[in-house]
Amino acid sequence: MAVPVAFFALFFGYPVAAIVARGLRPDGQWDLGHAREVLTDPVTAQVVGFTVGQAAASTALTLALALPGAYVFARFDFPGKRLLRAVVTVPFVLPTVVVGSAFLALLGRDGLLDEAWGVRLDTSLWAILLAHVFFNYAVVVRTVGGLWGQLDPGQEEAARMLGASRLAAWRRVTLPALAPAVAAAALMVFLFTFTSFGVIEVLGGARYVTLEVEIYRQTAHFLDLPTAAVLTCLQFAAVTALLAVHARTVRRREGALRLVDAGRTARRPRGAAQWTLLGSQLVLIAGLLLLPLAVLVERSLAGPDGYGLDFYRALAAAPDAASGFAVAPLAAVGTSLRYAAVATLIAVVVGGLAAAALTRRAGRLVRGFDALLMLPLGTSAVTVGFGFLIALDEPPLDLRSAWLLVPLAQALVGVPFVVRTMLPVLRAVDERLREAAAVLGASPLRAWREVDLPMVRRALAVAAGFAFAVSLGEFGATVFIARGDEPTLPVAVTQFLGRAGELNYGQAMALSTILMLVCAASLLALECVRTHRAGEF
Amino acid sequence: MKRTTYRGVLAAAVGTALLAGCGGSGDGGSADGDRTVTLVTHESFLVSDDVLDRFTEETGYEVRLIKSGDAGVAVNKAILSAGNPEGDVLFGVDNTMLSKALEADVFTPHRAEGLDRVPQEVRLDPEQHRVTPIDTGEVCVNYDRAYFADRGVEPPQTLRDLTDPAYKDLLVVQNPATSSPGLAFLLATVGAFGEAGWRDYWEDLKANGVLRTEGWEQAYNDHFSASAAGRDGDRPLVVSYASSPPAEVYYGTEDNPGQAPTGVATGTCFQQTEFAGLLDGAANPEGGKALLDFMLSPAFQEDIPLNMFVRPVREDAELPEVFTRYGAEVPEPHRVAPEKIDAHRERWIEQWSSLMR
Repeated sequence: MAVPVAFFALFFGYPVAAIVARGLRPDGQWDLGHAREVLTDPVTAQVVGFTVGQAAASTALTLALALPGAYVFARFDFPGKRLLRAVVTVPFVLPTVVVGSAFLALLGRDGLLDEAWGVRLDTSLWAILLAHVFFNYAVVVRTVGGLWGQLDPGQEEAARMLGASRLAAWRRVTLPALAPAVAAAALMVFLFTFTSFGVIEVLGGARYVTLEVEIYRQTAHFLDLPTAAVLTCLQFAAVTALLAVHARTVRRREGALRLVDAGRTARRPRGAAQWTLLGSQLVLIAGLLLLPLAVLVERSLAGPDGYGLDFYRALAAAPDAASGFAVAPLAAVGTSLRYAAVATLIAVVVGGLAAAALTRRAGRLVRGFDALLMLPLGTSAVTVGFGFLIALDEPPLDLRSAWLLVPLAQALVGVPFVVRTMLPVLRAVDERLREAAAVLGASPLRAWREVDLPMVRRALAVAAGFAFAVSLGEFGATVFIARGDEPTLPVAVTQFLGRAGELNYGQAMALSTILMLVCAASLLALECVRTHRAGEF
Repeated sequence: MKRTTYRGVLAAAVGTALLAGCGGSGDGGSADGDRTVTLVTHESFLVSDDVLDRFTEETGYEVRLIKSGDAGVAVNKAILSAGNPEGDVLFGVDNTMLSKALEADVFTPHRAEGLDRVPQEVRLDPEQHRVTPIDTGEVCVNYDRAYFADRGVEPPQTLRDLTDPAYKDLLVVQNPATSSPGLAFLLATVGAFGEAGWRDYWEDLKANGVLRTEGWEQAYNDHFSASAAGRDGDRPLVVSYASSPPAEVYYGTEDNPGQAPTGVATGTCFQQTEFAGLLDGAANPEGGKALLDFMLSPAFQEDIPLNMFVRPVREDAELPEVFTRYGAEVPEPHRVAPEKIDAHRERWIEQWSSLMR
């Protein structure tokens, strides 16, 4: 437990505390009058209200649309299932600027909906909610679906046999077993949408403001650290309260489960009802997830003289002034992969150790640490980035311009995924199995190797894949942390988007498509690993 | 016992990774390399490799680039780390943020060679030389030539034109709270109508159906009808740069068109000048001074236009043909003094936000 604690203290707690303290104690004196001012400002209340409201609505909508999807992926066998499971995760890594552009094309004027039914959603809250579903669909499908697939259907069948109705059997047997996973998924989605930044900026049309957007403005643009510090504390308080509620609900439900091979629980759908369910989910995935992705691909191919690979050729061209980049944009692929590999390594080591420690020990302190690990998800990237700048600026820890800082910041976001992926699996392992191994004479290491590892190994691979994807798409912290002249893929995409001219836009789309492919390929590789058992994702 | 070993190995792995990272930073850090000069700047900074090579040949210094965020972020980071800066020279502070940076004492004075060739009106720290002007450009309303030609309507030229019902529901602007061109356009209206009059003007703009977006990307790429992606765009007027028409040609797909697909309403412009300065506490002040001199030299100045799509400040620097042929002359851009901007920026933005709500 020492390693994860040290990691978080040094690379999260210390920098964030430093920047918040700088705001709350501007001249070495606590300035709480300003805090009162900010907290009683009606605008603050409005921002908090909108932030919580849209996050709750987004979470509810995502759960409503994705839970049937989780069931479909867990219980049905259909051709192309693996590919589809990888593809639905792709949105997760795409930069919001790019996705926003695709959504506007579909939902805005002359968009698909407009032409078909005269419906425009680009100016409404619906665009934000749908974009949140787009990004978070995979979180629910993977978290809940992973566990669902491993639940023994025999138990539900036994309940039916004993006279329970279909609904009662599901409510009494399956739902309680699934509850921790559903709660975990809801928590992740809520945290993501609560701290939503890009989606609100791009699709909010300057009318909607979340706490995260406000913290960004106060810090990055106005350098009003006192106000930013108060808002950051407010956000922390909200996230901590949420985590406390979550921990309480999950703890009451968690217990050892009888897990079986996911491959054996899935079968081809039978009967009209099941086919309809599968069909409706496929339509939903096609409309909500694949269509925006298809728009990007279409635009990357649509050159001035019809479809072609012009923009891809431009990307591969030798770097010169005309390309607009000191580094050939394709080199960004290499940079991104390198950062993602290092970030994944850090996230898996730190998260793995934390999960192991959390399984073995109980107590208030440990639970507090569990919650602490989730906090980076609820923290603004600009807070972390500026915190690094003022906290890690003295030897021996003058890391400000070390390239390692970027993967470190990305790992902060990856660790919660690793922990959440591994914890349920580790906890679901019946303690008696370990005891039995010990009684039979196995050393603790052997017991761990024979009992825990076979289950954990795959969960670990899955966790690593998610950490990899998160880091591949990470944008916020990467921009705020000083780097050399080596843009990552998402950064390069936004650089292209920020310049006028058809070639720039086309190359942005082409690079986004490459990002999608890289992500899909790594997730597909992961699918091959998760043949038997896996954790939440 | 053995579990500890397993953890120990992982801990060692983390430790090694960290050490590797620290070592990596040490190699490139300016602290121990007095032949390295570090330039801190924003994401949009671009320079050709051969120009930097030339600097190394002439002076023996290697340039290391550190980029992060937009211009606002880069300047604010410099203010946060005043006295213990990330590098030697900061490039990218513009006239909307100049006063703030100067007040925070982040710069050490240096009168760069070649300053005599720079026009007086862009030298905004003429006595102390804490900052050196490097490039300049204008933020202006751009129009879609085809849209207005098809309808036989004259495109607008001045800020007042934009409130004319003939241009109702045609303009898209950015949020000044988060977008640099958005702020520049707000300042243009302050410069034109004064502190007392700009809000009335915006009431008129609002009544004339102005559309707001958060950033330049959404306004230009998604809404502006003359941009490549804006094929579906519904707005033929957008706040962008005076250099956007040359960029449309340069990054366009048609060779040597008769004119750019977009034009500039030259009465709507606000001048933005970017400065560089030697950071106080720089590890390599001599190298920093050499770099500042070089940034005003013709070699660097003439490299600016096609990389960053702004104009060099040096009078004798030659502009590429795409600029002279397709660019617009802006004789009288609107201006607001840097001190005034610094004193009122936040209040103006707040007033704008509540006015447009």
